[in-house]
Amino acid sequence: MNEEARSALDLDQTKYDFKTADTSVYRSAKGLTRETILDISAHKKEPEWMRDARLHAYDVFLQKPMPAWGGDLSEMDFEAYTYYIKPTDKREDAWADVPDDIRKTFDRLGVPEAERKFLAGVGAQFESEMVYHSIQEDLAKKGVIFLDTESGLREHPELFRKYFASLVPPEDNKFAALNTACWSGGSFIYVPKGVKLDIPLQAYFRINSENMGQFERTIIIADEGADLHYIEGCTAPQYSTRSLHTGVIEIFVHKGAKVRYTTIQNWAHNIYNLVTQRAIAYENATMEWVDGNMGSRLTMKYPSIYLAGEGAKGNVLSIAFATTGQHQDAGTKIIHKAPNTSSTILSKSISRGTGRTSYRGLLKVAKGATGVKASVKCDALMLSDTSRSDTYPTMEIDEDQVAIAHEATVGKISDDQIFYLMSRGLSEQDATAMIVQGFIEPFAKQMPMEYAIELNRLIQLEMEGSVG
Amino acid sequence: MRELALDIRDLRVCITNGEETKEILKGIDLQVPKGEIHVIMGPNGSGKSTLANSLMGHPKYTVTDGQASFFGEDLLAMKVYERARKGLFLAYQYPVEVPGVTLAHFLWNAHQAKKQAEEPTAKKDPKAVLAFRKRLNASLESLHMATDFSTRHLNVGASGGEKKRIEIAQMEVLGPKFVLMDEIDSGLDIDSTRVVAHAINAMKGPEFTALIITHYPRILEYLQPDRVHVMAAGKVLCSRGMELARELEQKGYDWILKEYNAS
Repeated sequence: MNEEARSALDLDQTKYDFKTADTSVYRSAKGLTRETILDISAHKKEPEWMRDARLHAYDVFLQKPMPAWGGDLSEMDFEAYTYYIKPTDKREDAWADVPDDIRKTFDRLGVPEAERKFLAGVGAQFESEMVYHSIQEDLAKKGVIFLDTESGLREHPELFRKYFASLVPPEDNKFAALNTACWSGGSFIYVPKGVKLDIPLQAYFRINSENMGQFERTIIIADEGADLHYIEGCTAPQYSTRSLHTGVIEIFVHKGAKVRYTTIQNWAHNIYNLVTQRAIAYENATMEWVDGNMGSRLTMKYPSIYLAGEGAKGNVLSIAFATTGQHQDAGTKIIHKAPNTSSTILSKSISRGTGRTSYRGLLKVAKGATGVKASVKCDALMLSDTSRSDTYPTMEIDEDQVAIAHEATVGKISDDQIFYLMSRGLSEQDATAMIVQGFIEPFAKQMPMEYAIELNRLIQLEMEGSVG
Repeated sequence: MRELALDIRDLRVCITNGEETKEILKGIDLQVPKGEIHVIMGPNGSGKSTLANSLMGHPKYTVTDGQASFFGEDLLAMKVYERARKGLFLAYQYPVEVPGVTLAHFLWNAHQAKKQAEEPTAKKDPKAVLAFRKRLNASLESLHMATDFSTRHLNVGASGGEKKRIEIAQMEVLGPKFVLMDEIDSGLDIDSTRVVAHAINAMKGPEFTALIITHYPRILEYLQPDRVHVMAAGKVLCSRGMELARELEQKGYDWILKEYNAS
């Protein structure tokens, strides 16, 4: 590995703890009102239909009750957040033009290095809006659209309108409504018929302002026979008061297409991370979620796949890591709506200190969906006596001719394994980290190598001070 | 007298199971001079494995009294990994499986930890990993193992005999000064026993010391140990030459237990 790649991958915790001076141009008042939403829409110079969609979603948001299940949201105060910050007055399309302090933040996170290494295109989200966005020429030549969501709306209004909120309507849940009302940023991706991208598309997200809600909205459309891999990584600096992240991701996988969406999120330990991720896979299409959740105070996230066409496949691979003061309430929903569809779910969770992980899953086979194959496997590893792990699997099977396998394990880290590794010279901390890395290996091996290294490094950091 | 690699005096060890505490080792005295191969035999339940695991520092066993000195240093005061880095190696009777961790990855980290402890100021040698790989592959080959064992998950799905040979490969790569072997030959067929014995013989020399726990004299015929100790009921009954192992093979343990009033 060269020096540059090494420094890009060398994640020390201090990288997550810095913040730059706040130079935002526009910042909405705290709390969410109808006026805030009109302001956001006006600032973005949106068409009327989008403004109306936001207002409608706001009404839905007000009417919807808070979820009574999942994690503890009782301390969340919607009045305490700022709902829109536009960091600079114009979007930047060249790295050199990005303002210094913002660039410094990205430099420390290793974004440009990452791009130089292997990125096809980078969408780096700083606070609420894309400030840096590059698309390589060959992507453009292939007719691939890879834009921030605002530009997607502006430049491809019909395509945008056709898909926006069609899979996750505001009525879906309170936080989807909130996102629809005040969304800002995210990626808009369209890959045309038959176009296969052999390098992943990537976006870096970052929350950098205290008490600011981040509401990215991502729409990915893979047309018939297209193939793409989208990677999203998140890091956030530490703050003392609680921030909110509420994203919505909608993915459309048309006939014979394939989409993989990979994310590792490592939120600061005070963030509420409440995300709705949903995909629909049509005939013989394949959708894969590879989802890593670390950090945050509470994450509630259940990537879902609707297998809507015959022969569609869905795979979900996830890890969750909760340390003291954290609750990872994560899982998967798969809905088999068509015959001969298949799905696999592999969920791995790790809890230490007083951390808590929950697997909350739904597997549904609708009437008429014959010949379905599905397997669900959940493994939980607890590193302390005070950590907690629960599994809430739900299955609704309305068809007889199905093959479904379900397996769940919950275990403590084994003293004999730690002793074995230590007896060869590893410290207790390194031995523990190695066992944890081994536990998530089925997940890590699905990541691009750079991400796998980063993930292992994060695990190691999380392990520091974990043993006395 | 030659320098002692291991000097155990009146070692007493307990194991706690729930409310109940039981003394397993009731005052072990045992000396192993540097460069020698010693053997411990004894009936089941005599405390042989407890001795090996206690010397390595397994948290399940509590040392209540006595001393163990390792090349003149207080072994019992060291952390488990310090014992390993000082050159103590335990080849396990039942090596544990560690899913997701490859043998090469694990062993490289262990190897580096040991090197770092031995030469804290040494610069990192970028070619060291290649030399390490070569050595591990050579070791696996000499043990008649496929080299892809290095990229398989540690002991996962390996047969009993393969696990034992993986232990030997680890020993060869780490190059310990002192090896404890807990029934390394149990469950091995004749050919495997010979392969393992050859590997141990290849390490023999003035800088290599071993304490081998076994039930079978067969491996001892290859190793030609310097001393054979017999343990019973948590104590060392007697220490003699290789002829004792042959005698035990023929006559069993009863006679010697009676001789020492240990039955």
